[in-house]
Amino acid sequence: MELCSFLTLDSFITDPLTHDFMRKALLMSSLVAAVCGFLSSYLTLKGWALMGDAVSHSVMPGVVVAYALGLPFSLGAFIFGVGSVALIGFIKQKSRVKEDTVIGLVFTGFFALGIVLVSKIKSNIDLHSILFGSPLGISLSDVKQTIFISLLVVILLLIFRKDLMLYCFDPRHAKTVGINVFFLHYLLLTCLSLAAVVGLQSVGIILVVAMLITPGATAYLLTDKFDNMTAISVLSAIISSLIGIYVSFWFDLETGGSIVLAQTFIFLFAFLFAPRYGIFKLKKLFAGNK
Amino acid sequence: METINYQNFRIDAENICVDYNGKVALYDANLRLKPGQICGLVGMNGAGKTTFFNALTGFVNISKGKIRINGESVRSAQKDQTIAYVPQNEGIDSQFPISVWDVVMMGRYGSMNIFRCPRESDVQAVKDAIERVDLTDHLSTPIGTLSGGQRKRTFLARAIAQRASILLLDEPFSGVDIRTEKLISELFIQFKNEGKTILLSTHDMIHVREFCDLVLLINKTVVAYGETSEVFTPENITTTFGGISPDFLFGPES
Repeated sequence: MELCSFLTLDSFITDPLTHDFMRKALLMSSLVAAVCGFLSSYLTLKGWALMGDAVSHSVMPGVVVAYALGLPFSLGAFIFGVGSVALIGFIKQKSRVKEDTVIGLVFTGFFALGIVLVSKIKSNIDLHSILFGSPLGISLSDVKQTIFISLLVVILLLIFRKDLMLYCFDPRHAKTVGINVFFLHYLLLTCLSLAAVVGLQSVGIILVVAMLITPGATAYLLTDKFDNMTAISVLSAIISSLIGIYVSFWFDLETGGSIVLAQTFIFLFAFLFAPRYGIFKLKKLFAGNK
Repeated sequence: METINYQNFRIDAENICVDYNGKVALYDANLRLKPGQICGLVGMNGAGKTTFFNALTGFVNISKGKIRINGESVRSAQKDQTIAYVPQNEGIDSQFPISVWDVVMMGRYGSMNIFRCPRESDVQAVKDAIERVDLTDHLSTPIGTLSGGQRKRTFLARAIAQRASILLLDEPFSGVDIRTEKLISELFIQFKNEGKTILLSTHDMIHVREFCDLVLLINKTVVAYGETSEVFTPENITTTFGGISPDFLFGPES
């Protein structure tokens, strides 16, 4: 490629930074990635990947309605995100249909409602940016909202870090020693909805679930300590965001897709070469050479 | 006439019923245990053993009846960390990225502040508990790399660190090595002398005869309850296990 021939690594990194929209995109996406990555360790350990997928799709009608009414889109998304989970719980309890089926039918129903609403309302909603994200075209009010929500989620997770870990690990013990398990359940759900809302700006509704599970899964292969897992998860999420945005800038690729692909590649790398849990177990290879 | 003083009982469950969405798991079950008593909970799979534990810890709500723990409600027993639950090895995610130290520290969470910052007394309690189960060499070992017996001892240490006066143990002897089994039975004697009350479910009839002062045979409701020597008879066991003779279940010695 002609582009690459005169590019040094230095200009590869610094050139995009001369653009205001790129600086904003890099900062915002890193923040969003950090939040989703933090949450990701809890979701993967709790086994809530499908729940993450459900919530992130279900926020669609909320976003559309909020836009139409001129409300903050995070509010609408939050209501529909938590609402979908409540509905899933209700249908599961009141019918004989299995849980994964209920999750699948509820979130596709909500998602379809969102798409129908977009076509009916015909406002200036950009369907493409909701579905696939638009980190490069993020507006100032969106920036403020994103920062506010991200900080809120991070603060909640930091305060209840250990309780949430206990809740994921052994909810029965938590209950036995008087810790409010009901509260922790809805706290985690709330954080999930909020993270989905900020995450969809980066990579869009369809791919936001990747932000919520891939970094956690990668970290899970690399460590046996919970705190390290969180740190690795956040770090790999941020790195993926930066790689994704740079690559999409230089090679003119869809940004959201690039970010998620970068995450997937990092996961594959861990899957193959993780010291203890990778297929090729690097540790053993090194040990053998000594 | 002697009036019943509920304070005398560590556990007092009266006619409790539990149902899950209309399906009855346990009905009209009674149990009274005093300090220093060890009681075996015996029944088939699905007879309601785990449900009984869950009702006592407040993990499920009872639909009828009454539970008093040290004369108080289950809710206040939770607040006081009166009850410790030691799960079955199968009941926990052994691949969870957590060390022995962290698991045992979870026994102290209930009495810590909201950030769960360990105080010096918590650190000491955890150290002592780990020493009592002989895992001092494995403080930072992830639970995923422990043997079944070591993992069982880790959760026992959590119960010790919690300083609970009531211990509920789900199959404490299943899948453990001889060394762990010996250590657990020694601990039981110590617990008894400390006045702790123990309720343990088991499939092993020899363990019931060995450790349990009392035995509670259940099959959705109480089949028999009382002193092990009186109640743990072949007839009662046969009834509990739905008509299968104990000879078939445990060999002719029983």
